[in-house]
Amino acid sequence: MDEKDRTLLHLLEENCRTPEEELAVLAEMSEQDVRDRIGRLEKAGVVRRYGAVVDWERAGDGNVAAVIELKVSPERDLGYDRIAERISRFPQVRSLRLMTGAYDLQLLVTGPSMHEIARFVAEQIAPMDRIRETATHIIMKTYKENGTTFAEREEVERLPYSF
Amino acid sequence: MEDVISLGVGEPDFVTPWCVCEASIYSIEQGSTAYTSNKGTPQLRDAISRYLDTRFRTRYDAEEEIIVTCGVSEAADIAIRAVTDPGDEVLVAEPCYVSYTPCVSLAGGIPVTVPCRADDEFRLTADALAESITPKTKTLIANFPNNPTGGVMQEADWRGIADLLVDHDLLLISDEVYGELTYDGDHFSPARLPELRDRTITLNGFSKAFAMTGWRIGYLCAPPEITAAALKIHQYVALCAPVMGQIAAYEALRIGEAEKDAMVREYRLRRNLFVDGLNKLGLTCHLPKGAFYAFPSVESTGLTDTEFAESLLHEQHVAVVPGSVLGPSGVGHLRCAYAISRDDLKEALSRIGAFLDSLK
Repeated sequence: MDEKDRTLLHLLEENCRTPEEELAVLAEMSEQDVRDRIGRLEKAGVVRRYGAVVDWERAGDGNVAAVIELKVSPERDLGYDRIAERISRFPQVRSLRLMTGAYDLQLLVTGPSMHEIARFVAEQIAPMDRIRETATHIIMKTYKENGTTFAEREEVERLPYSF
Repeated sequence: MEDVISLGVGEPDFVTPWCVCEASIYSIEQGSTAYTSNKGTPQLRDAISRYLDTRFRTRYDAEEEIIVTCGVSEAADIAIRAVTDPGDEVLVAEPCYVSYTPCVSLAGGIPVTVPCRADDEFRLTADALAESITPKTKTLIANFPNNPTGGVMQEADWRGIADLLVDHDLLLISDEVYGELTYDGDHFSPARLPELRDRTITLNGFSKAFAMTGWRIGYLCAPPEITAAALKIHQYVALCAPVMGQIAAYEALRIGEAEKDAMVREYRLRRNLFVDGLNKLGLTCHLPKGAFYAFPSVESTGLTDTEFAESLLHEQHVAVVPGSVLGPSGVGHLRCAYAISRDDLKEALSRIGAFLDSLK
């Protein structure tokens, strides 16, 4: 990993559909170099996936999302890893993190309705061994996701000046 | 005119980092709305002094050698007035920002331009400088990284200039407002040279590096006797720089570095994209090492820079500045500020391409 790799990663993170030709100009390298480096970064698992940031609310999708906090009793030797691995296998779980503070695991869960999410938590997550407590927070509105602001802000008109 | 893409204005498209705005808003809520010390708040002068030391390795005393001004524009004006007597010749390295020459005239001085040529990557050479020095010469004004050419001066470039300044006992006014925007090694501040330290007035500000044009905060740094003279003018014409801006500027130095660095990285990407595009279109352009201007030549088109700029604006709605207004060495060039989004730069390139096709 060097400065040029980092530049490529930033550019891909910002827009993974940027053509190789343009990446080469921006990052000051040849197109072949761009291909080689990206190949290497993909192989090394530094680039995990290419995707879009979607505003599902605007897409008219009725999905509900919730943040779920879990208090978990860790296992000797394994800590939280095994239970986290099991939870991460549910497709409803969009992201999963181990946190410092008042609770241990944080899940982002999506489902077609509040009812479905409640049922998923009550029937799939809460009864698992070592889960001591759950708290479900329904997301009301997303203002910013992965660095992208969703709300439209009016551009400030800049006034002309002479020089 | 509708739908114009402007490469004409030397202003970052970025909005001031939010942490900076937030601090200023909070200070207004707390009632910080009064005059400050003429020189600027001690807090900001201290921060500037430390910043210049760590960033550019120049040392200025916060109490005796720094004045916070209403932008670098005011700093340039009071610097020129502080050291110019009627009839003094003041050398101005051109192409350059449009205000120096008129400010010299307003101070009763006689502006004399010194060319920085494309063949030298728009650096100031000792030869060009030597040719312009007369017994009446008092001061040299230079701006590197340069608006409009993007030219920079490294230590070796300054050494030759320094010898001449010392031999002829000249002062240097060095406008370094683009000092943070370099893409090939760090900016070299001429006041770092011991022989220049006490004959240099260093000007800098927050507008370009921190995207703070509207806050109007710049500063002037010089030995105590020059600072004292400049302060007299400053307190009559401005009293002090706006307090909200000073608080914002302090915050920019305190916690704005990461956002500043991110903006510089983005300018570098834009430079690469835009200069590559210009050269592909046949408008020869050296890769500028600083500031955020590309300075392509329009010689290949057979048009003058003014004809090119006017026709481009009317036919394709792209605004650029004809180089001739920025000095004799700018003739045949265009100043294009690439401080707009990459998407807009691509659109500008495609319109310039269409314009060039229409000439064939």
